[in-house]
Amino acid sequence: MSDLMKVSSNPHVRSRVTTAGIMQAVVIALLPAAGFGIYNFGMDALILIAVTVAAAVFTEYAYEKLMGKKVTIGDFSAVVTGLLLALNLPSTVPWWMGVIGAVFAILVVKMVFGGLGQNFMNPALAARCFLLISFTSMMTDFETDVYTGATPLAVLREGGAADLLDMVIGRTAGTIGETSMIAIAAGACLLLLLGIIDLRIPGSYILSFLAFLILFGGHGADPVYLTAQLAGGGLMLGAFFMATDYVTRPISKKGQYVFGILLGMLTGIFRVFGPSAEGVSYAIIIGNLLVPLIDKATRPKAFGIKGGKSHE
Amino acid sequence: MAKLTFVGGIHPYDGKDLSKDKPIKAVLPKGDLVYPLSQHIGAPAVPIVAKGDHVITGQRIAEAAGFVSAPIYATVSGTVKAIEPRRVVTGDKVMSIVVENDGKYDEAEYAPVESYEQLSKEEIIERVREAGVVGMGGAGFPTFIKLSPKEPEKIEYIIANCAECEPYLTSDYRRMLEEPEKLIGGLKIMLSLFDNARGILAVEDNKPDCIELLKKLTKEEKRISVKALKTKYPQGAERQIIYAATGRRIHSGMLPADAGCIVDNVDTIVAIYLAVMLGRPLMNRIVTVTGDAVADPRNFIVRIGTSYHELIEEAGGFQKKPVKIVSGGPMMGFAVFDLEVPTTKTASALLCMTQDDVSRMEPTACINCGKCVEACPSRLLPCTLSEFAEHDREGDFLSYYGMECMECGCCSFVCPAKRPLAQTIKSMRRMQLAKRNKKQK
Repeated sequence: MSDLMKVSSNPHVRSRVTTAGIMQAVVIALLPAAGFGIYNFGMDALILIAVTVAAAVFTEYAYEKLMGKKVTIGDFSAVVTGLLLALNLPSTVPWWMGVIGAVFAILVVKMVFGGLGQNFMNPALAARCFLLISFTSMMTDFETDVYTGATPLAVLREGGAADLLDMVIGRTAGTIGETSMIAIAAGACLLLLLGIIDLRIPGSYILSFLAFLILFGGHGADPVYLTAQLAGGGLMLGAFFMATDYVTRPISKKGQYVFGILLGMLTGIFRVFGPSAEGVSYAIIIGNLLVPLIDKATRPKAFGIKGGKSHE
Repeated sequence: MAKLTFVGGIHPYDGKDLSKDKPIKAVLPKGDLVYPLSQHIGAPAVPIVAKGDHVITGQRIAEAAGFVSAPIYATVSGTVKAIEPRRVVTGDKVMSIVVENDGKYDEAEYAPVESYEQLSKEEIIERVREAGVVGMGGAGFPTFIKLSPKEPEKIEYIIANCAECEPYLTSDYRRMLEEPEKLIGGLKIMLSLFDNARGILAVEDNKPDCIELLKKLTKEEKRISVKALKTKYPQGAERQIIYAATGRRIHSGMLPADAGCIVDNVDTIVAIYLAVMLGRPLMNRIVTVTGDAVADPRNFIVRIGTSYHELIEEAGGFQKKPVKIVSGGPMMGFAVFDLEVPTTKTASALLCMTQDDVSRMEPTACINCGKCVEACPSRLLPCTLSEFAEHDREGDFLSYYGMECMECGCCSFVCPAKRPLAQTIKSMRRMQLAKRNKKQK
């Protein structure tokens, strides 16, 4: 033949789903939470989100340019990291803290380990914990013009009562993106419907966390207490958007259940016995570190290896 | 009842509408016919003709060499022009017999029987062996060996693989609609060899007309049932169809017979029927010539040895410039760079595509999304295996069951990072297989 044909190994067709498409969907799914955060906390929140996202994208771009690597900001993963980090910050922190967090997340946690897919913990959460340790007072100051300061979980911990309806809707103090259970659930539903995440990790995380609270929380199965624990803090955002981060969760189904249960236990321990009312970020980060072990222990058996049992 | 199927798999665009509604058309070859001596698994056949010999249609031109092998027959009358290496679909050059077609189609006499019941089991198997019947779904395993398991009384199911799960392929579909009696007849012959076996016609449910027709025609057959399987790729893979139809699981180290099953595809069973009833050797097969690049996509009944070039002409030539031409389906076929290759016993389709996803989409970093894990019908971790393969971590590759991969390509298809997972795993697997064979020798 005159023209050479393309040749390659099979298969010769590919699905339309791309990494960038998945990341864009995650960004869209985070918009309700971000939007509610801006509505709840005002312009400060908007500015912080914008600055943090921009810093994350720019850090990746600058690093890759300087290192002579292919620029990968088009995959939208830096946008996701920046956005998640911003949603995990109080609206009151100065903008430069968002920048420091974004640089830490992208440069230290992601790029120096090899870029997308190689980071061993969730970059946004690692950066949040870094900021929490470095700027503890600013990172735990939730006082705004609207709210007096204490988050509902902190109020509960001191023995006070929280308004459940406010907590579910999100009209409480907290970080920008964590307060509204409804907004987070809306985004999570989108990701579930698109098949980008599934319920294995969030489900086992939340159920095991509830089980832990019922056993050790000191309130038994009190529905008000349990709902407040679910709606408060970063649990929903963490369970649906950060524990499900592909790169830092186990690959096998079994491993994902183990991971979810582990996170539920750790979050329970941190919230009930720890010094702070929160615990989701640390729980997920510790879980991330255990992923290689979980992966090793939960290696699935290939089809047919167990032998001929019938499914009829 | 839940639909019969397996865990994993994918739903690619099926492209079957291009060719499914047109009847099968016979192709008479014009140019030379090329018969590679290796069109099956096992030892290459040995030529029994020499350059200059006159041959007729249905004359044996190469003899099986050893047990796992198959004879080859001339499919036209003419003169042996050469016995020399010729290019085949995989790109290799294989020793082949070249016959110059005299256009007369003089044909040998065969020995038909009134009924297969006149023949003993041994005679039936012998007829299949003599006819050179091999698995025509792609593997090319000599069929008579499948029909002679060590313990024939332990065979409980004979599965006619009518899934046709590869996108674009409609040859089995047309065969089922146009010649269902040959398929059913072939299955009945197979059942006559195994007293304890039941026959299952396993059809994907995207072919409701076939299911209905086969059900109607087998109403009186007590030993045959028609089972509708969920439409999903690779439903027609041997291990998957056994599981879907019987619930039994086998791994790569087992034969279907170890689970009491024998699986053959539609074309193979029809070839068994023709071999046993008419004494006709395997001389032709149905090939789907399709894709958006060809003018008139359809199915052809093709004499083995016919050049692909002629098939394209029969399908009206190219209406658009083809970018990639695949021998077989888009999931497991071979991309060919030269159309001057012959149709072999295992060539199921010729797919001419006007765009190539593979060269269009550049691989990026793995994000561990797990889509390949969800899709893998062998329940492996393709992303992990591919990483092991890239880093030559043989031990890890083996302990993560890398050898269980059947190269179906689901992982590469679903990968959002467009990584060539199947290809990487396949090359490692092939290396390991070669090593294993070397050790045995």
